[in-house]
Amino acid sequence: MGKYILKRLLWMIPVILGISFILFSILEITPGDPAVMILGESAPPDRVEALREEMGLNEPFLQRYVTYVADALHGDFGSSYRTKLPVFDEILSRFPTTLKLTVGGILLVVILGIPLGILSAVKQYSVFDNVSMVAALILNSMPGFWLGIMLVLLFSVKLNLLPATGVNGWNSYILPCITLAAGMMASVVRMTRSNMLEVIRQDYISTARAKGADEERVILRHALRNALLPVVTIVGLNFSSLLGGTLIIETVFNIPGLGALMITAVRSKDIPLVMAGVLFVALLGGFINLFVDVLYVYIDPRLKSQFVRGKGK
Amino acid sequence: MKKQNEKKEHESQLSMIWRRFYRNKSAMLGLGLLAFLIIATLLGFFIVDYNTDVVGMDMAQRLQAPGGGHLFGTDQYGRDIFARILYGARISLTMGVVIIVISFTIGGIIGSVSGYYGGFVDNILMRIMDIFYAIPYNLFAICIVAALGSGMINLVAAMSIALIPMFSRVVRSAVLPVCSQEYIESARACGTSDLRIIVKHVLPNAIGPIIVHATLNIADTIKAVAGLSFIGLGIASPLPEWGAMLTEGKNYIREYPYLVIIPGVAIMIAAMSFNLIGDGLRDALDPRLKN
Repeated sequence: MGKYILKRLLWMIPVILGISFILFSILEITPGDPAVMILGESAPPDRVEALREEMGLNEPFLQRYVTYVADALHGDFGSSYRTKLPVFDEILSRFPTTLKLTVGGILLVVILGIPLGILSAVKQYSVFDNVSMVAALILNSMPGFWLGIMLVLLFSVKLNLLPATGVNGWNSYILPCITLAAGMMASVVRMTRSNMLEVIRQDYISTARAKGADEERVILRHALRNALLPVVTIVGLNFSSLLGGTLIIETVFNIPGLGALMITAVRSKDIPLVMAGVLFVALLGGFINLFVDVLYVYIDPRLKSQFVRGKGK
Repeated sequence: MKKQNEKKEHESQLSMIWRRFYRNKSAMLGLGLLAFLIIATLLGFFIVDYNTDVVGMDMAQRLQAPGGGHLFGTDQYGRDIFARILYGARISLTMGVVIIVISFTIGGIIGSVSGYYGGFVDNILMRIMDIFYAIPYNLFAICIVAALGSGMINLVAAMSIALIPMFSRVVRSAVLPVCSQEYIESARACGTSDLRIIVKHVLPNAIGPIIVHATLNIADTIKAVAGLSFIGLGIASPLPEWGAMLTEGKNYIREYPYLVIIPGVAIMIAAMSFNLIGDGLRDALDPRLKN
């Protein structure tokens, strides 16, 4: 197991290098001169040229990339062109907001999505099941940002219950979290339901019923544990896509999080900030995926044999 | 003789799938919604004139509520929203389908080569895809859009590139079980070329899950295109892309909520039709999965 984790951690090195190279290339062809962006459009050409020289922008592409990687290995990811602050200060000051949003979204999905899925499966083809399946379909078809706008329209504009934009206090997280959770909720409800339905038909469930266990125990102890496995993966894998989802949601609700920061950075060709931001998110996603995979082994001990025999991927 | 039998069996399989699809009410609803959208789009070619109806401003008619002279009302520049929605359907449907076709073709080539050859080739290709895959998809799309500049063609390119890693994985995992079948081995023993085996034998047998994925992803792509336009990185006004219409309407949400409700409902209907069809196809192709 330890060997597997180590292997996965080592694999992150080429991934991070690859991502940084891809991004560096994309940013290279992005129109705009960073020196002009820093000095402003009206800066005299000789000052722009001097700054370009100072920033090393006149070096060939590959050389600049190597310099970037070398600096990064020394912990220097550069400073934002716009604010002149070290990029990681910027990212870390924004990250807690995004993290709260993401964790809130995940919690909502787990607390609401899984029970709804179980109930739908246990009462298959009932009114409740049909209603929740239709709701899942609708949620799945709505663009998240539009749901956000609709929630604002209902709860902020019409009912005046919750703040529409910005972050002041816990209640300003409610609508963004619901919005973020909605899309994933749909897939979790559907997945929990179909897994439950599959598990309920297994022999060991009939056995549990036959030996006289009451229905609640059969569902919660025997069926749920087996049905939840794929759901754990989905929740884990979606953590990074939820982080991606915050990009647009933060724009809708005017939340000063990582997503909003990244969009501004991409737009203003703030190379150090974009690079560091994407690497940060990718690395975080990598760690979460690894954590989920390890967690999986603990939830389903049958998988452990794969690692012990060294047959893991 | 053998060939004839094969053909007959193939046909009956198709009709079997269609029969199962046809009996599925929600799948038929999806097909109906899609037909409705396509008819509306085609109708748009005849009844909507781009210069006068879609982008032509008429301040005297601005912000009229739905109903009355304008079915869906007018926006802040007096443009007829119904005409813009119709025109927008053309954009959204085309973008959704084109992006998926491009990314599935390229991802399909990578995935099937990877799955068919296995070993070293597979390892290299999939590790490269893993690297791309580690960048969150919409962040990646945003970076590419920024590099290429906004606009419809660039958005198609950006989204297609961003989706390739995922689809190459999907195709690979669909192709992999087929590649170990005996008929592939026998085709190889007959001296059939690799290209012919992949195109003629592997892909047709792996196409089911690939089509399901593609259909469901059209829905996601339509939503994503609207999302990118919404944050100003996709298709920009005055082109009536539904997401761009939402951005414009957002400032008037208090007094004129229909400006944001109508384009959103349009996006939802388009996405829903592909979601329903995709679910229906999955059930029809593999009835064991249906609960």
